Amino acid sequence: MSTTASEMYETTVGLEIHVELSTNSKMFCACPVDFGGDPNTRVCPVCLGMPGSLPVPNQMAIEYTMKIAAALHCDIARFHEFHRKNYFYPDMPKNYQISQYDHPIGTKGYVEVTGDFGTKRVGINRVHLEEDTGKSTHVGGSGRIADSDHSLVDFNRAGTPLVEIVSEPDITSAEEARAFVTELRAILESLDVSDVRMEEGSMRVDANISTRLTGAPEYGAKVEVKNMNSIRSVGRALEFEEKRQRKALDDGETLVQETRHFDEKTGTTSSLRTKEFAFDYRYFPEPDMVPFEPDQAWIERVRGSLPELPASKRARFAEIYGLSDKEIQTLTTTSATAGWFEEAVAAYGGEAKKISNWILADLYGLLNESGQELSDGKIAPAQLAALVKLVDDGAISGKQAKEVITVMFETGDDPAKVVEERGLKQVSDTGAIEVFVDEVIAENPDAVEKIREGKDGTLGFLVGQVMKKSRGQANPAMVNDLLRSKIN
Amino acid sequence: MSELLWKSAKELSEALSNKEVSAVELAQAMLARADEVDPKIHAFLKRTDEIALEQAKAADERRARGETSSAFDGVPVAYKDIFCTKGVTTTMGSKILETFVPPYSATVVERCEAAGLTMLGKLNLDEFAMGSSTEWSAYGPTKNPWDLERVPGGSSGGPPALIMSGGVPWGWGTDTGGSVRQPAALCGCVGVKPTYGLVSRYGIIAFASSLDQAGPFARTVEDAAILLMLAAGHDPMDATSIPQEVPNYLDGIDAGIQGMKIGIVKEFTDTEGLQPGVKQRVDEAYTRLERLGAELVEISLPSFQYAISAYYLVAPAEASSNLARYDGVRYALRSDEGTDIVKMTSRTRDEGFGPEVKRRIMLGTYALSAGYYDAYYGKAQKTRSLIIKELDAAYEKVDLIVSPSSPDTAFKFGAKTADPLSMYLSDIFTVPVNMAGNAGISIPCGLSPDDNLPVGLQIIAKSLDEKTMFRAAHAFEQDLGFASDPGMRPQI
Repeated sequence: MSTTASEMYETTVGLEIHVELSTNSKMFCACPVDFGGDPNTRVCPVCLGMPGSLPVPNQMAIEYTMKIAAALHCDIARFHEFHRKNYFYPDMPKNYQISQYDHPIGTKGYVEVTGDFGTKRVGINRVHLEEDTGKSTHVGGSGRIADSDHSLVDFNRAGTPLVEIVSEPDITSAEEARAFVTELRAILESLDVSDVRMEEGSMRVDANISTRLTGAPEYGAKVEVKNMNSIRSVGRALEFEEKRQRKALDDGETLVQETRHFDEKTGTTSSLRTKEFAFDYRYFPEPDMVPFEPDQAWIERVRGSLPELPASKRARFAEIYGLSDKEIQTLTTTSATAGWFEEAVAAYGGEAKKISNWILADLYGLLNESGQELSDGKIAPAQLAALVKLVDDGAISGKQAKEVITVMFETGDDPAKVVEERGLKQVSDTGAIEVFVDEVIAENPDAVEKIREGKDGTLGFLVGQVMKKSRGQANPAMVNDLLRSKIN
Repeated sequence: MSELLWKSAKELSEALSNKEVSAVELAQAMLARADEVDPKIHAFLKRTDEIALEQAKAADERRARGETSSAFDGVPVAYKDIFCTKGVTTTMGSKILETFVPPYSATVVERCEAAGLTMLGKLNLDEFAMGSSTEWSAYGPTKNPWDLERVPGGSSGGPPALIMSGGVPWGWGTDTGGSVRQPAALCGCVGVKPTYGLVSRYGIIAFASSLDQAGPFARTVEDAAILLMLAAGHDPMDATSIPQEVPNYLDGIDAGIQGMKIGIVKEFTDTEGLQPGVKQRVDEAYTRLERLGAELVEISLPSFQYAISAYYLVAPAEASSNLARYDGVRYALRSDEGTDIVKMTSRTRDEGFGPEVKRRIMLGTYALSAGYYDAYYGKAQKTRSLIIKELDAAYEKVDLIVSPSSPDTAFKFGAKTADPLSMYLSDIFTVPVNMAGNAGISIPCGLSPDDNLPVGLQIIAKSLDEKTMFRAAHAFEQDLGFASDPGMRPQI
């Protein structure tokens, strides 16, 4: 009797996601929320924690958080209260963070995720609102605080509204974790409440992962993994950690509760600190603010104003556009992409599949090279539609269209203009093509004979010859038809 | 000019309006008085002579053009050094903020400036407003003008000492557990703890956020009411500020107290440590109120007995968190002894904070710690709710509540510093008012027969009922005649 490692152990993952809200102003003061800027230029006495300054909560941030909670199918609290989370850190101006403790804005929600593992619901434990810290740069040494010469602190980010989303430990693999984060990001993106850019830190994912013998009553030692700066990293880090923990257990080691750091370069995790250093945050209700009870009308308004969420969008795309799951997944990654696609389809008026093919087969290649998003590119949806129509009408060949789209991608010019400038007009004049066809038939008697014998494959060779003579400008469909009728 | 020194702000306003005196002359007279008395009483942590004269000149210019910022344009004022003043060092009585120059002013300061008040300087306090004697000031204590060997009370000891030396007609303090009313009582002037949320806390360095409230000192009830009106009212910069119109406290202030029901707290009658002379004067005050037409009603507020214990959990807990920001990273003191961030912060805090502040940070940190929260902080908050509930019930029966302001008169330096608990009990009558967020005032009710030092009567009103409180205080003051009697001034 043998049990494979994957059956012997089970992995439990819970995720904590921090999302910076894209409100106009910070959580407790009027400073602008914006990425970048010279260090310490977007600050005021409040977000610097100067003596005597006081926090005043940002209503828009509360509404954004309620929106997120609603989109994640959470109960929205009727009593909101902020707490202080006390700990010392040099980039935290007050040495306490204003956060929420026993009264989070959202509780008991879920996200439905789909993948090779099927479809499952991952529970959302809580959604709460807090403020972000500043940013430290450790100069000298390895870049970590311990061996640096000195540290620089930039408080531009301090006080940015930050939403923490905590999942239930319902995730059982790296794949599920990746799917969860992807779906969550798509939901947040559709709500337009955050930039959700993991590379820039506006969305940050920490994972708690543990391993236990299948069916064991207790979870294994909880390991927190930090520093995963992309969805891909989340997957890599958890795959590594899953293997590491299973191997450790196989080797008879005892796993300890600890925090581990993911290294992007090596794809491995290393221990940062064990839980012996556990903080006592001494939470207590924030006395600088009064608790408040949002009225039911406000909550209803927020629930009612939710945009189409990714899951509904995908269902709609499948129903009305007849696309494959894979195509839909890609086209709905962001609401901007989906919107771009739908605009192009509307302008085109024909089969959506064709637009999808052009986006996925051609535009995405170009976008990937330049690192742009579809909606950031120079090509407008109507321009792609016009290009596809040119091909449909036989004005240019598919091959020519690929050349045209490359030019359009660089210049943003209309396809008609590119076609004209490049002299790419497809020749559909029967007389002009006939001359080439006759020449080719005369020059290739053997091939003609084969076709007459029924070897249709050879036709392509002759079409190629005609295209060559026309320098690619002949309409291949017409060439095909003419060759066929003349040979038979 | 010396006859100006003891005039009320209201009288000075009239003198300015009648051109009997200019704002510059007024500022000069007060600053000259400071030259005379401050070496004895040490009320100032920083004098702002230049600012005062500049502001006074501007006030005179406005008046010459026929404009005024308010009826009190050009009347001097001084602030406890807890109020941030733009461009002027604000120390909080602490070494840790010795070099702190705020880039902004407290809302109270801004509003007083907008009314044309001229700032004479920043006044002494116990470090971080923690204390009842100013002996915990990192810059040395203030002395009581009635007896230079005695404390002025605290934590806001500077303003009443200066006011009762004829150095300024009025000034601002803050009251977290009695820090305006107790020093007012010990110096023989008027001190107000307004309803929590009436005066903006923006720019006031925090001690205990849910209890801190700015309050005016003056020699007359009317002046105190006026100074409060100049700064009170909603401030969008303070989320705990009450969004409500402030009534004119002077309207009907002369109406007397005929028919008013005034409560006397049963649990306070036999308070341990209540000096006989204080008890005598306060009992006489009750009789006077009765004679003026009030009906005295005995009320029972059992939770008051636990107020001090609960206060010394809530206030230090909040303080331990509020004071965490003094870490040497961003402003003011930074120790050069630390070789890394942890050592630097801990050295800075060790060098920068005095013993009482450290004691309260430790108390508060403990009270909030995992495993102790429910037993300490949690229970203290429940006590607080009980105090509020009992007071609400009491106000069903009475309009106001009276008590002594302080169990004793001004005590000698060193009398209580060695025994923190005895110092904490100085606030036994005042603390419940802060815990409930109600309004309170301390007014002089004579000199104690024991030591010839001032005794204060406290009048407590329900939240936002300052008007009734001022009316009763004014009636008592007019009848007693303490404020208007030149014989009832310290000989300094």
